[in-house]
Amino acid sequence: MSEAKETYETIAGCKTQMLRGGKGEPLLFLHGGGGAGVWLPFFQTLSEKYDVIVPEHPGFGRSDTPDWLDNVGDYANFYLEFINKFGLNGVNLVGTSLGGWIAADLAVRDQSRLKTLTLVAPAGIHVNGVPKGDLFLWTPEQSVRNLFADQALAEKVLAMKPDEEERRRKMKNALMLAKVGWQPRLYDPNLRKWLHRIAKPTLVLWGDSDKVIPPAYGPAYRDLIPGAKLEVLKNCGHLPHVEKAAEAAALIGKFIAESK
Amino acid sequence: MKFFMIHLMPYADIDLDYDKKHNSAWVTLPNAYFDPKKGPALYNRYIDELAYAETVGFDGVCVNEHHQNAYGLMPIPGVIAGALARETKKVKIAVLGRALPLLTYPLSVAEEYAMLDNISGGRLIAGFVRGIGAEYHSTGVNPAESHDRFHEAHDLIMQAWTKPGPSRYEGKYYHFDYVNTWPRVVQQPHPPIWIPSQGSSETINWASHPTRKYVYLQTFSPADQLKRFMDMYRAKASEYGYEASPQQLGWATPVYVADTDEQAKREAKVHIEAFYNKFLRMPFEMLIPPGYLSLSSMAAVGEKARAAAAGASTTTIESVMERGMFICGSPDSVAQQLEHHQKTVGYGKLIAMMQFGTLPHELTKRNMELFASKVMPKIRHLGEDDRPIKVEAAE
Repeated sequence: MSEAKETYETIAGCKTQMLRGGKGEPLLFLHGGGGAGVWLPFFQTLSEKYDVIVPEHPGFGRSDTPDWLDNVGDYANFYLEFINKFGLNGVNLVGTSLGGWIAADLAVRDQSRLKTLTLVAPAGIHVNGVPKGDLFLWTPEQSVRNLFADQALAEKVLAMKPDEEERRRKMKNALMLAKVGWQPRLYDPNLRKWLHRIAKPTLVLWGDSDKVIPPAYGPAYRDLIPGAKLEVLKNCGHLPHVEKAAEAAALIGKFIAESK
Repeated sequence: MKFFMIHLMPYADIDLDYDKKHNSAWVTLPNAYFDPKKGPALYNRYIDELAYAETVGFDGVCVNEHHQNAYGLMPIPGVIAGALARETKKVKIAVLGRALPLLTYPLSVAEEYAMLDNISGGRLIAGFVRGIGAEYHSTGVNPAESHDRFHEAHDLIMQAWTKPGPSRYEGKYYHFDYVNTWPRVVQQPHPPIWIPSQGSSETINWASHPTRKYVYLQTFSPADQLKRFMDMYRAKASEYGYEASPQQLGWATPVYVADTDEQAKREAKVHIEAFYNKFLRMPFEMLIPPGYLSLSSMAAVGEKARAAAAGASTTTIESVMERGMFICGSPDSVAQQLEHHQKTVGYGKLIAMMQFGTLPHELTKRNMELFASKVMPKIRHLGEDDRPIKVEAAE
């Protein structure tokens, strides 16, 4: 049973959809380019130990699109305001893909309210000679297939027929991902120069079969953040929190428990 | 009616079986398909064809801009326009690029067009476009910024032409402390401006605005779309408090004339089908990347365009003729079709594509000759003056 509560909060002038469930230390989850809005089993598992907060980024899904939104830096500042508004302290920040990029950027700007940082297949850097998948040129079917290592799972997703509203939300998400990530493609050349500032315990999590951001980015990210740990999940694509939800939740739970 | 000949300069020597291995003639089609030995003859043939338009009696010639594809070999249309400025003496020269949002320094367009206006002695027509979606894959420019960059770049160029320099431009995407374009344009205050589009209410609202009244060109569209957008322009103009004239409305379409309907169809078939099925071939994701259209436009046209892109490789000469996307036949029947569309749609400028796909030189020349000598005289009187006309109601 879902224990999450859905609310709409206005932050930096933007009406933002938010799911929140569980009790414990705050765990703020920043979603990837596909959007959020659904309470996943991954969140449910984590909510047994943590106060899990899942906002939908401005410009995505059911959240409004503010005039000020141009780039990932705007998101990083937005979530600093978000943390402030809710009076969160000792935040376990978890970001995946686009959300991982936002989380890393946020931590470079101000990590004072963070306890730990978990980056799940984060965008945000580029490794020369290792191209990312061109998700803007993939057909919808290719995108789904390339997101998962387990093609049976891809088939299940492909069999789902979104209604009109859901299709519109998907278009909205794609537009916003393009807006902040088209060029340079899913990274900020300035971010890698300052990742060494991150002084909080950091876990980098990657799927070994990620076709969106190849696994070679894992060690690169780990090496840019002092003391960061890398875990690679076997037979897993770009969405470890969906494809290997139990394993990913367990790894993150263990990492947070061991972090002081 | 004013008659313009447009050329796309396709890579006509392409191996048409490329689509057995590749899903598009754009962006990702390996440039190994281009044979450097064939380039010089092809370019010079095409420039000759455009220059020949003046000889046979067209009012103007048009070049356009596309990148990284076999469909059109004019990534820098000003190169061809520059050659034509010297090759021709009377015709207008319309550059139906430049794709403004693709540039980090749009003042280069103010400069390039001003040079062309000078060399041609004031014969330039300045086209401004956003470029199609594929351009954004090729150049890496963010499609979500396309509309805003277009408007800023346009304002910047107009400022460069009409405001004494040096002046300052302060935009979000473009910021220049010294806008001071040399040379100045010959045509004062600025050359005529044309806005080619596949049809968008946003573009029409903007182009028809009383401060602009730009010529709107509907390109390669079915007749019902043509009618819809031309009506939209007129309706918008009357909303703004003026009546749009036929000379504000242009239609770009492939045209082929031979002695008889049967002969025209027989000769054009493989070439027009190659144009639609091979040269225009691209998947939806390439044509319309996210952000290229506003969310509401995307929701409105997105699925239709996806279906159209999926069906693009099965186009036949019959289907494009039926939909009014190809005007083909004897001189009489071509004149008749163009007259019918003129009366229902009210356009005053015809942008005729006389070479398409793989159509060879000799057929292109004969097409131009027959069109100029036997079609133009029959319909030249239509939509000629600047007075607004009442178009017939839709059927």
